[in-house]
Amino acid sequence: MSKFIFSGGWVVDPIRDKIRRADVLVEDGLVKAVGTRLKEPQAKRIDCRGRFVAPGFIDLHCHLREPGTERSETIASGLWAAFASGFTQICPMPNTSPPIDSEALVRFELEAAAGAKGARVIPVGCCTKGRQGRELAELGGMSLAGARAVSDDGNWVSDAGVMRRVLEYAKTFNLLVMSHCEVPELSGSADEGLVATQLGLTSQPAVAEAIAAIRDIMLAEWCGTRIHICHVSSRLTVEVLRWAKQRGVEVSAETCPHYFTLTSERLLTFDSNYRINPPLRTEADRRAIVKGLADGTIDCISTDHAPHSLEDKEKEFETAAPGIIGFETAFSLGYEMLVLKKVLSLPELVARLSVVPAQILGIEPPVIEPGREANLVVLDTELKWELNKARIFSRSSNTPFLGRMMRGRVVATVLKNNLYFDSEFLTIDE
Amino acid sequence: MAELKHLLGIAELTRSEILAILEQARRFREVLDRPIPIVPALRGKTIVNLFFEPSTRTITSFTLAATRLSAQCLNFSAAASSTKKGESLLDTVENIEAMRVDGVVVRHSAAGVAHFLARRVNCFVVNAGDGCHEHPTQALLDSFTLLERLGSYSREAKGLPYSRAGLESLDGKRVLIIGDIAHSRVARSNIICLNKLGAQVAVCGPPTLVPAEVEKLGCEVFYRLEKILYQVDVIHMLRLQAERMGSGLIPSLREYRQFYGLTRERLAQLKPEVVIIHPGPVNWGVEMDYDVREMPQSLIMNQVKNGVAVRMAVLYLLAAGRGQVNWEMTNEE
Repeated sequence: MSKFIFSGGWVVDPIRDKIRRADVLVEDGLVKAVGTRLKEPQAKRIDCRGRFVAPGFIDLHCHLREPGTERSETIASGLWAAFASGFTQICPMPNTSPPIDSEALVRFELEAAAGAKGARVIPVGCCTKGRQGRELAELGGMSLAGARAVSDDGNWVSDAGVMRRVLEYAKTFNLLVMSHCEVPELSGSADEGLVATQLGLTSQPAVAEAIAAIRDIMLAEWCGTRIHICHVSSRLTVEVLRWAKQRGVEVSAETCPHYFTLTSERLLTFDSNYRINPPLRTEADRRAIVKGLADGTIDCISTDHAPHSLEDKEKEFETAAPGIIGFETAFSLGYEMLVLKKVLSLPELVARLSVVPAQILGIEPPVIEPGREANLVVLDTELKWELNKARIFSRSSNTPFLGRMMRGRVVATVLKNNLYFDSEFLTIDE
Repeated sequence: MAELKHLLGIAELTRSEILAILEQARRFREVLDRPIPIVPALRGKTIVNLFFEPSTRTITSFTLAATRLSAQCLNFSAAASSTKKGESLLDTVENIEAMRVDGVVVRHSAAGVAHFLARRVNCFVVNAGDGCHEHPTQALLDSFTLLERLGSYSREAKGLPYSRAGLESLDGKRVLIIGDIAHSRVARSNIICLNKLGAQVAVCGPPTLVPAEVEKLGCEVFYRLEKILYQVDVIHMLRLQAERMGSGLIPSLREYRQFYGLTRERLAQLKPEVVIIHPGPVNWGVEMDYDVREMPQSLIMNQVKNGVAVRMAVLYLLAAGRGQVNWEMTNEE
């Protein structure tokens, strides 16, 4: 990559919550200069007038399906889909087949990623061997290989004694412990309530999530380890988090765009694209998630990008694999549901997608400053666009948002020498 | 009435659509009493019974209904084990499309399968029971049976002139559904259907077998039978599936009978004009004692008979909705 000037845009600084008009000169993968009317004759000029230039996004929670279910997604296809959606760094969950529960498998993941273009992988290992919830996985070895976090995602570590060991042991290696909160004995495919009753589906009440969250928060406080609560879906869990934060527990939490956008009424047609775990819940839950994001009870937004091929998704509702793809729609849904509805400012939304997840992981937050690696996105908030299969980069297209008019779009992403730009909406002057 | 494309659930039907099906069923009910109980309405049509779950009564009833309409009827029974492998449902869709049948009657252990098929095939789909979701023809035949005894149809039985206007309702009739509401597609379809026909519905069962927010479907909820049993016009008993025991939802069959069964003692206290129905097959000695068989209040055998007429009406109207019927039944016939 040679020289690029991202010219005439509004540069977003989410740390100082500021926006200023400036050009950004990127040379050989580094930010060379940020300032007005930058001149550099050999640089290609990317017209960013009326657009925003912001730090690259970080996704704390996604699924790439390699190794094991490559028909749904590979590391390479997922890294590119994430990158084209504005994510420069992502944390694939280790619930692959086999699960990423050893130093060797973390190295495999990093090796596969090294040969791919797109986002950078931040490895997450399992808490327990084989995600079985019984024995500690080799957290030290995985940390040595580059893992920054551990999670048995898809399963809750339901044995409190095992979770205690995970929390105690993870602290030594400064690994973030992420918890998929779901009491298995209370689980089901839809939120418990009128919709599940009407459809005759197995149901999981919101307490299935909240009970798991409160146990893990109390254990983490007692062990003196940070804990991160994944994909918060319910009002009850938001209340648990609010209580824990007031108490001073070192707890962070994420939610996903579908939980602040959709509710369980969508299930009424039995469309398995709405089969998600945790399930879509009520309007009261949705509002509580929005409020939790507004007041900081929920720290950040992850995608829980969960690609599934037709073989796994075009099935009876209960047996269809749970989850929806999330990279392609994350920024746009955040912009529509949070910024346009005045819940968050644009810099705040960017923070929840970039700086905050970096702080939770304990990595250096991405900023647009001279001397730093080029790690940025160009956002066009005026664009209205329809989500169709041509605009999906993932190998799978299991999303209920197909056909929806979206507001705002990532039109370019840069990480070091990697560049994605959306030629449909953006031009580069040679 | 708007043309019916499929019969997926009672939830998708309007009151007037329900009444139109029941009215058609009333005519077919008369046909069934003829010496030769067959009409040529669906001659040349093919209907497939696609049953992924074991059934004796429902499949027989549908087969008989199709035969009485002169349609050809095939049974395509997939073993439960093959469905667990996952892909057979999509395969099944392709098979149906390739066979070019006119209608499919589907039963499956998973909720939403009738909807799944209806979105993907060109022929009409009748839901014969999908998981714990709906069993619309059962609710229709239950309502038909109740109307025959309690509603407008009873005028005919009493020798009064039959009138179609405004009498086909169960306005104000109090119906109590007793048993495993949570896992019953019959209960769901009935609650919705009875509400649309103007009845007041109550349900009663152990709290572990009453689903969350069921009252929002339009029913009062009781957990103690004595509080409601002797105040209703209709008692609808549900079958208690034996597997509920294994999953720890009730302590024992004995205790279930004690608190929720129509025991000999309770039966003895019922008013003579009360009506008892049950979708069958009955677990005698669990939800009901054997004495019910001898009681004039029981309409269980009427339900079976009416089931054929109601299913004939459903198949006939769905085929007619697609312009596939070249024989119309007149009032005089």
